Amino acid sequence: MHIPDGYLSPSTCATLYVAAIAGWYAALKRLKRLLLSRVVPLISVFAAFAFVIMMFNLPLPGGTTGHAVGVTIAAIVLGPSGAILAISIALAIQALFFGDGGITTLGANCFNMAIVGSLVAYATYRLIAAGASIASKRRVTAAAVAGYLAVNAAALVAGAELGIQPLLFRDAAGTPLYSPYPFGVALPVMMIGHLTFAGLAEAVISAGLVAYLQVADRNLLQGSSGVPVGTEVPLATPVQANSQRRLWMAVALLMLLTPFGILAAGTAWSEWSPSEFARPGSPAQIGTGANVLRGTIPSGMQRLANLWTAPFPGYAPSFVKSAGFGYLLSAMFGVGFLLALSLLAQGYLERRRATRYSR
Amino acid sequence: MKRGGFVESTLIGFTRALSRALMSEEIARRRGLLQSLDPRVRVVGLFALVLAVTLSRRLTVVLALFVVAVTIAVFSRVGIGTLAKRVWLVVLAFTGVIALPAIFITPGTSIATFAGGSLRITAQGLATATLLIARVETAVTFTTLLMLCTPWSHVLKALRSFHVPQEAIAMLAMTHRYVFLLVENASQMFESRQSRTVGRLPGPERRRMTARTAGVLLSKSIDLSSDVYMAMQSRGFRGDIRILSDFDMRVWDYVGLFAFLCAGSIAVWTGR
Repeated sequence: MHIPDGYLSPSTCATLYVAAIAGWYAALKRLKRLLLSRVVPLISVFAAFAFVIMMFNLPLPGGTTGHAVGVTIAAIVLGPSGAILAISIALAIQALFFGDGGITTLGANCFNMAIVGSLVAYATYRLIAAGASIASKRRVTAAAVAGYLAVNAAALVAGAELGIQPLLFRDAAGTPLYSPYPFGVALPVMMIGHLTFAGLAEAVISAGLVAYLQVADRNLLQGSSGVPVGTEVPLATPVQANSQRRLWMAVALLMLLTPFGILAAGTAWSEWSPSEFARPGSPAQIGTGANVLRGTIPSGMQRLANLWTAPFPGYAPSFVKSAGFGYLLSAMFGVGFLLALSLLAQGYLERRRATRYSR
Repeated sequence: MKRGGFVESTLIGFTRALSRALMSEEIARRRGLLQSLDPRVRVVGLFALVLAVTLSRRLTVVLALFVVAVTIAVFSRVGIGTLAKRVWLVVLAFTGVIALPAIFITPGTSIATFAGGSLRITAQGLATATLLIARVETAVTFTTLLMLCTPWSHVLKALRSFHVPQEAIAMLAMTHRYVFLLVENASQMFESRQSRTVGRLPGPERRRMTARTAGVLLSKSIDLSSDVYMAMQSRGFRGDIRILSDFDMRVWDYVGLFAFLCAGSIAVWTGR
């Protein structure tokens, strides 16, 4: 996809240099909002990494090999602005130092691979991985699809740039002056190679790298994940310990506050006992229209009221005389009972899991 | 490409890149025509000639510029064999394959027919294929001469004097430096894995292995960037990049610049 010097007319090169410069300017301006001293080494080292990745011979299905661009993983880890700069720097080093890709066509190559590639890769990855957790398999699929589409989008634009040459630039005898193939030839030829090998190579390396980072270094996937920082804590951390401590303190506070319930007048709505219906003007009579029935207790309630007698009726055991202390005791008993139940369930589930893995 | 030899191919690629870089350093130290000129003159002059090649519409003018490129190479003590192996044959193989079908499919005046008239060579097809190959060969020769005869640090200094943003120069310099470190790292990882591999790995395992190597390289790169950042902080870097520009233009450099610009202008004028 690296277009060498001589394939594109000077006016095409100039136009694409202008487009690339606009992209570089916007990306640099966006990144300058961050700490420049941190951005320079990060982009530089990532550009060096992308350069080396471009040299990897990737084994593809079918026994052949291909080269990736590295634009997708750059977009996922650095975001589109960082990727535009990192891939452009890598392409500039390739062109200026290793002679891979032309000098006059550097703008075009950067526009195709760095700008179009980064934007398509980032948009596709965010779209497919939207709402997925960092460790989700969907992120691996998203990276593969993003890589495949990014490389093919870049190839499509490059094919269009080459295809436009014979239409616009011919001499008096009709001889094409630059790339000689029209759209009908340039586009299919360009796309066949990228739809099969180059796109696949980018998909393989992007998916492989995201799967690796999910295990080895999840922080690098956080930036483009759309998942707010701090909502996913991969391993047991002091943050987890702190949140547990806060939970226990909140439970203890609520237990201490339970006696406040007795300050409220009357009975809580719809928690009436049969005797409430007999009391004239009680909320039970007003709320249910029982006052119209002159103190009649609903027959179903009358029948079922004595079916179960609570151990602590009215939130206080019979031997406790103080209502406030009774509330507190009931709260402690209730919380303790629920904790014991939860620990028993946890122990049972862990034993079951251990048995399953030992088989 | 040898099947199953992807590790070997990658290692060969790494070695080739390193040997090219070493060769460039060695040629840049020789005493020759281009080496004697100010790096800014080399960058401007050779870029002007690449532009002239791109602007020229006549094959004869492009071929004349090719002769100029070969002459500069000879006087700059760049071996013709090196250029032939590194540039001309590679470009001929790549662009030749791309240009060949154009001889037959470009519409125009028929000059030869084959296979009972179903295959024909057109004058316009032949002209466009030859022009494309000649143009790419000449432009890449000029670019290669610039790279071979100018140390990378001088290219960057020259770019800085043309007001390329400091951030871009700093990133280019830093990337160039760490490319070699990462190439060496990746090379060691592949060699290490290869030395532990017996027989031929199945396809999915080969892909996983390559992705894991790339992943480790990525983690190392990020760690490296943090180390570089801390080193910059420790030296008091606050975002202001300064590059020493100690180039000094002499009469000889002005003569060189004038010659480059004259050659480029004549080529554009006659090749229009």
